[in-house]
Amino acid sequence: MTGPVATAVMAPAVPGRLQLAGVSKVFGRGDQRVVALEGVDLTVEPGEFVAVVGGSGCGKSTMLTLAAGLEEPTTGTVEAAGGVALMFQESTLLPWLTAAKNVELALRLHGVGRDERQERARRLLAKVRLGRHADKRPHELSGGMRQRVALARVLAQEASIVLMDEPLGALDAMTRDQMHDLIEDVWQESGFSVVFVTHNVREAVRLADRAILMGSRPGHIVQELQIELPRPRVMDAAPVAALASELTRRLREEVARHDESDYFDI
Amino acid sequence: MTSPTTSTSEQEASPLGPRRFDVGRWARRSLAPVILAVALFLGIWQAVVLTGWRPDYLLPGPATVLAALGEISAAGEFWQALGRTLLRALTGFGLAAAIGTLLGLVVARSRLLRAAIGSLVTGLQTMPSVVWFPLAILLLGLGEQAIMFVVVLGAAPSIANGVLTGVDQVPPAYFRLGHVLRAKGWNLYRFIVIPAALPSYVGGLNQGWAFAWRSLMAGELLVVIPGAVGLGNRLAFAQEFGDAAGLLAYMIVILVIGMLADLAFSALSRRIRLRRGLTVR
Ligand SMILES: Nc1ncnc2c1ncn2[C@@H]1O[C@H](COP(=O)(O)OP(=O)(O)OP(=O)(O)O)[C@@H](O)[C@H]1O
Ligand SMILES: [Mg+2]
Repeated sequence: MTGPVATAVMAPAVPGRLQLAGVSKVFGRGDQRVVALEGVDLTVEPGEFVAVVGGSGCGKSTMLTLAAGLEEPTTGTVEAAGGVALMFQESTLLPWLTAAKNVELALRLHGVGRDERQERARRLLAKVRLGRHADKRPHELSGGMRQRVALARVLAQEASIVLMDEPLGALDAMTRDQMHDLIEDVWQESGFSVVFVTHNVREAVRLADRAILMGSRPGHIVQELQIELPRPRVMDAAPVAALASELTRRLREEVARHDESDYFDI
Repeated sequence: MTSPTTSTSEQEASPLGPRRFDVGRWARRSLAPVILAVALFLGIWQAVVLTGWRPDYLLPGPATVLAALGEISAAGEFWQALGRTLLRALTGFGLAAAIGTLLGLVVARSRLLRAAIGSLVTGLQTMPSVVWFPLAILLLGLGEQAIMFVVVLGAAPSIANGVLTGVDQVPPAYFRLGHVLRAKGWNLYRFIVIPAALPSYVGGLNQGWAFAWRSLMAGELLVVIPGAVGLGNRLAFAQEFGDAAGLLAYMIVILVIGMLADLAFSALSRRIRLRRGLTVR
């Protein structure tokens, strides 16, 4: 429960550590100029599960885009040690490939030979419990199944940092619960660090070791909160609910400081 | 995996069920209208003949022409002409496809080239390819090369354009995915951009074929190469000899080839779209 962490000195690069120091991001010029992020300092330790919570448009996706190296920060530095994988807000499976081939593509682009990648793709799909749907194309799968394929693809990259941008936003509560279990399982098994963006506060409390609250205009980190509830946690359990409402209260305060009303789910 | 809520997840059925290309269905949906069109065409033709607008020896009815077609197709020269024309069409189209695809890919990759050549390609496309024949004959002589030149020039811009449109329409999310998966340079094109551009590319090929076929027929009407007579030449000969039934018979052959090619392309593009869930059956 501290303010933004001061990171004047960069810690040495350990695989799985993600460091953003003094990061700001400006889009456009003149009238179009938008300061999406300002003065963001964030360190994610190897193996840590960090949830980023904030209203719509506060720069969460932008932060992940920078962390994944898809864009350069306007100021500040981003250091990601080890590979970075990104799971997108909506699943971006390639529609011309079957589930298995989508996973295999990630392996292929990482130089894995044919037999090995077929074998590994099957294993990963079995891990996300899609073994029987390996040969279906994305449009033949449900939204939840598609996100599981996307998860398998992320796992195939064997990254030490996994970024997830509201990957469960479009799913129903039931499927979402299943995905929480699955994500927690694979995270505990593989030991990568996670930055999980969501505007669902409960989801953050359900999953994360630490929640980062973001405010908008310009996007910045307002607070962070260690979540020390024992795992496994249950989304509807009282301790999760209590902490979630505490987080919500803080976010409300933050929003109240701004005129425009951002929204977030509780 | 101890959570009881997840154990049923494998039973989730796909909402749409598996979709595979279905020949019977394709025949009903694509072939039936074609057959109806042919019937209508024959009906109108017969009606015009019955009005007596032109004497029988100038405008014979479908029955006479079909009989002529049977007679013509019994002769070796028909098959030689058909073979010659198809050979030219496939060579010309193949060349145009190679050139158009390469041009499209090169131009798509460079913003500057795109701006410069992109409009040139569009400009070329607006020009009726027959217009090139006088120049082609002047430069290359009355021969095979002149025909190929015009066929390629007619078809390649459409094919290049198909590539360009396809690449332009690749969703930005795919490029981001490519970056995350570390697909760079040729790999990005091979695994992501080209497959994503495929539907539009097939559209370009289809249009390119149509232009190639038109250019070829124009060429065969204009250019006669002794010993290398094509369907278009036969059509011209029939007119010169006043053989109306033969003329119409050759026209029908040319029409049917065009329609078959079109059917093949639409089946191909339908198949691609079906596999991607871009269309319902
Ligand atoms: N490529 C871009 N060009 C211009 N402005 C952008 C771009 N990307 C993001 N922005 C702006 O930056 C701000 C932050 O956007 P971002 O997508 O990071 O928000 P977010 O927190 O992910 O929102 P949401 O929860 O709705 O996904 C917004 O005001 C947005 O309009
Ligand atoms: Mg976002």
